[in-house]
Amino acid sequence: MIKTDICIVGAGPVGLFAVFEAGLLKMRCHVVDALPMVGGQLSEIYPKKPIYDIPGFPEVLAGDLVKNLEQQIAPFHPTFTLGERVEELEKQEDGSFVVRTSEGTGIACKVVVIAGGLGSFEPRKPAIENLEHFEGKGVNYMVRDPEAFRSKRLVIAGGGDSALDWTIYLSGLAKELTLVHRGTTFRGAPESAEKVMTLAEEGKIKLLLKSNVTNVHGNGKLNAVSIAVENDTDYTLETDYLIPLFGLVPKLGPLENWGLELEKNAIKVDTFDYSTNIPGVYAIGDINTYPGKLKLILCGFHEAALMAQSAYNIIYPDKKFVLKYTTVNGITELA
Amino acid sequence: MEDTIKIYVEHEDGTRQEVEAPTDMGLSVMEILKASEYDIAAVCGGMALCATCHVEVIESGELPELSDDEANMLDSLPHATSASRLSCQLRLAPALDGLVVRLKPEA
Repeated sequence: MIKTDICIVGAGPVGLFAVFEAGLLKMRCHVVDALPMVGGQLSEIYPKKPIYDIPGFPEVLAGDLVKNLEQQIAPFHPTFTLGERVEELEKQEDGSFVVRTSEGTGIACKVVVIAGGLGSFEPRKPAIENLEHFEGKGVNYMVRDPEAFRSKRLVIAGGGDSALDWTIYLSGLAKELTLVHRGTTFRGAPESAEKVMTLAEEGKIKLLLKSNVTNVHGNGKLNAVSIAVENDTDYTLETDYLIPLFGLVPKLGPLENWGLELEKNAIKVDTFDYSTNIPGVYAIGDINTYPGKLKLILCGFHEAALMAQSAYNIIYPDKKFVLKYTTVNGITELA
Repeated sequence: MEDTIKIYVEHEDGTRQEVEAPTDMGLSVMEILKASEYDIAAVCGGMALCATCHVEVIESGELPELSDDEANMLDSLPHATSASRLSCQLRLAPALDGLVVRLKPEA
């Protein structure tokens, strides 16, 4: 079990800066993120994009801002669990918490700070009746282990990057592969689209355009899907697997079940200290909401500073908090 | 007003609601719809990442071209049509005057 003062959920800019604000007040932090690296959206989505509204930086690349934040928090020696998603929050009898991840890692802490940004990216599920009954029983929303599909009959549904990429990859493994796309063209990725067209011409895959999967069939396990074709009659296609690949959508995920007060996919907080309705749990950055909320990095930084003051009262209940200016005290490294 | 256009949101029953939109503030259709309290999550804030601002364009003049990112996102949606756009990628401009959209939020 990892032990720390504050468990920060999310290693984006606001999560990282929270380590700094906590560190100034001698509170240790452990940071968890579902992504395998720190930086959140800034690293995953737009590392090369310039940001113009960070005070003191007329222009800074998102990736560089992350690097600078890592340098800024280094004296406080934060620890990290990366590539694991937080799943559960267990309240202990003494008021402290244990946070558990998808891989079973446990983090014991006195305070939890959710800096989860957009949330975690989860597969978008198409509206097909009974689809959920076959999840894990022939319906997979992502390809974790391609070998599982060797010599099987597959139906892939979707027309974006990932549908094309997996069609190309799995065409070499599967016994039979059908790609079902509601459009007539693939607009986002011309190179992959060309490869898929060639595979279809060579008869290595079946390509169904202007088509949709409308139903799933099977007795406990998937064995067929219904295909609806634009302006044509529907038919049934036997298959071992259906892989709907309709991209990812950011969701709160397991945090939804923590008993937090929510509003439109965001966590409600008190702007006094960015605390949630659960004492000891705070939410800062893009994941929270309050009247007047702006989803800006600089607002998240401000929220981190106020959160740290309040968290200090939980972690050091007997000490009186004194605001410290770094110009007066400098930075005291945590041992 | 000179720097204002009118766009319309069409409801399920075919009725249309007018939204006044300024063209001189660099706003997107998503932002003006959100500001007008339409139920649009726009989770990603306008980066063509989440498709929670998905609209179907019913009537319009010339629209800005699809970027690769937007085209790929639309292709990946299960319920998009050839008239689908991400409203965050439509910048309010005089050419958009009279635009009619239907909201198609994708969860």
